[in-house]
Amino acid sequence: MDPKPATYPTAPLIEPGHTFESITEKISGVVLSGRQPLFWFVVLGFGMLLTGMLGMAIAWLLLRGVGIWGVNIPVGWGFAIINFVWWIGIGHAGTLISAILLLLKQGWRTSINRFAEAMTIFAVMCAGLFPLVHTGRPWLAAYWLFPYPNSMSIWPQFRSPLIWDVFAVSTYFTVSLIFWYTGLIPDLATLRDRAKNRAAKIIYGMFSLGWRGSGRHWQRYEHIYLLLAGLSTPLVLSVHTVVSFDFSIGIVPGWHTTIFPPYFVAGAIYDGFAMVLTLAIPIRAVYHLEDFITTRHLENMAKVTLATGLIVAYGYTSEVFFGWYSANKYEGFMVWNRMTGPYWYMYWTLIFCNIISPQWLWFKKVRTSPVLLFCVAMIVNVGMWLERFVIVVVSLHRDFVPAAWGMYHGTKWDYMTFFGTIGFFLTMFFLFIRALPMISIFEMRTLAPAAKVPAAEGH
Amino acid sequence: MAAPVYGLLAEFDSPAELVAATRRVHDAGYRRIDTFSPFPVEEAWEAMHHHDKRLSLIVLLGGLTGMCSGYGLEYWVHTMAYPINVAGKPLNSWPQFIPVTFEMTILFAAISALLGMIVLNGLPMPYHPVFNVERFARASQDKFFLLIESADPKFDRSGTLELLKGLNPNEINEVEP
Repeated sequence: MDPKPATYPTAPLIEPGHTFESITEKISGVVLSGRQPLFWFVVLGFGMLLTGMLGMAIAWLLLRGVGIWGVNIPVGWGFAIINFVWWIGIGHAGTLISAILLLLKQGWRTSINRFAEAMTIFAVMCAGLFPLVHTGRPWLAAYWLFPYPNSMSIWPQFRSPLIWDVFAVSTYFTVSLIFWYTGLIPDLATLRDRAKNRAAKIIYGMFSLGWRGSGRHWQRYEHIYLLLAGLSTPLVLSVHTVVSFDFSIGIVPGWHTTIFPPYFVAGAIYDGFAMVLTLAIPIRAVYHLEDFITTRHLENMAKVTLATGLIVAYGYTSEVFFGWYSANKYEGFMVWNRMTGPYWYMYWTLIFCNIISPQWLWFKKVRTSPVLLFCVAMIVNVGMWLERFVIVVVSLHRDFVPAAWGMYHGTKWDYMTFFGTIGFFLTMFFLFIRALPMISIFEMRTLAPAAKVPAAEGH
Repeated sequence: MAAPVYGLLAEFDSPAELVAATRRVHDAGYRRIDTFSPFPVEEAWEAMHHHDKRLSLIVLLGGLTGMCSGYGLEYWVHTMAYPINVAGKPLNSWPQFIPVTFEMTILFAAISALLGMIVLNGLPMPYHPVFNVERFARASQDKFFLLIESADPKFDRSGTLELLKGLNPNEINEVEP
């Protein structure tokens, strides 16, 4: 994973002057110093407050059932699926950074892969919550979703995309966790060896499995790290493809299109990179990690955001085009209804957020300005949530039979659950920053100039 | 007669020195040697002529197991245990069984990759003689170590020590068993 040969000047991936020791000290210091900035306490406190609200919303849901939510015929899918798709999409950037960029030998992934993977895991946790509770009776999900020999002798329907989704998402979560943990093992050994506190030494020691950095171990380690990257790459593409099947296998206008799989995957990566930027920009400033997460990293992420944003724009254009070209009056009405129907403001805000605002990223000034980049990333996060709202609600609320038409609005419980998961995500993320190195220490060491081994003669 | 030792551990400052030393020691005929570094140094395991390819096979077998169990489960459920006619499709409607088969392949392959790495590396191993050397804590931070085990047939306490001294290490420690 060497940086590019310097055929043209590029900004460094790590500021000059860093040694193995200074890298280790800087990153592990965040965990082991025992001191956290005020920012950490504020965000964690805020996150825990919202998590409490989430607990309340779920408790009330379990007591009263889904009647407390806004879903009703014709809109039987509401916030639960919107939030599910939004969160699972956010997760995708983590796997893209850790796996696909590894296979493409992009050295700049090294500084951001650890916390992007953590983001994936916590985002998938938030996503998984919605299918679990969306029936209001999560204990029934056991035999609806998982094939096990239950006392009623019934089995899940494997021809249903919803079951594919269960397998895709649970595999995605497990494999992301494996990938993340594998990457953590050598860093846990570093923490074990540096920790002063006995309890910390024992806990990090247990999770590091007694890793001692043996050359023979490293060889097998690198071998499976590459294999895991190779396995995660098709996996991450399959996950949002399967999520898009949840819609595209159905016959609802606005869902039943072949562009859905690539368009969903691109949207997921788009949103995910926006979320990585949303997290990385403030954390880099607060923890003074500008040496490791350089302007070049931000710029590269901005470029990926722009590129995937353009693919998403192509998806929107294609939907409009086929609304007309299919000569299907239901499809045509769906497009017209999106633009001018009761939810027109959602559609046009979405176009502003996802197509117009990322065009700022063509300018180097915007890509290299953390504040502007953060603003664009936030707008994209909002836009991608709106996209799922438009796909789910606007397609459903105008049924084939005008007598069944209706409107959908989330209730306060819907909003409490949604913002609650954001709080849960922040809580988990900031606990992660406190307990584990947020940048891969051992991979950063390979970027130090002293890590180069000159080719030997006669070997 | 001094107490028995597990081996001799030489400490270096850079991966380049470690690799050069490992090549010399390997050329001198030592085989029960190991390197320790805070990040993967490909040249170091090449210098030991260590290349374990078994994990490829383990992951392949894991993936195939997942594939067969995924498809097998669907086939069994929908043709034998709980056959339901959906839209006149055949009971074994294989195209619709692909997503789950695919996910199970990846799942089993990934699990066997992690477990295979752990088992072949002999982990978890919370105790190992090299941890007895106080400086060894730096192996996970910024220093590079070369170990020659006393179990090596060529091991000779003073001769091996002389060889290691000639490699210009920071220091050499005896490793208590």
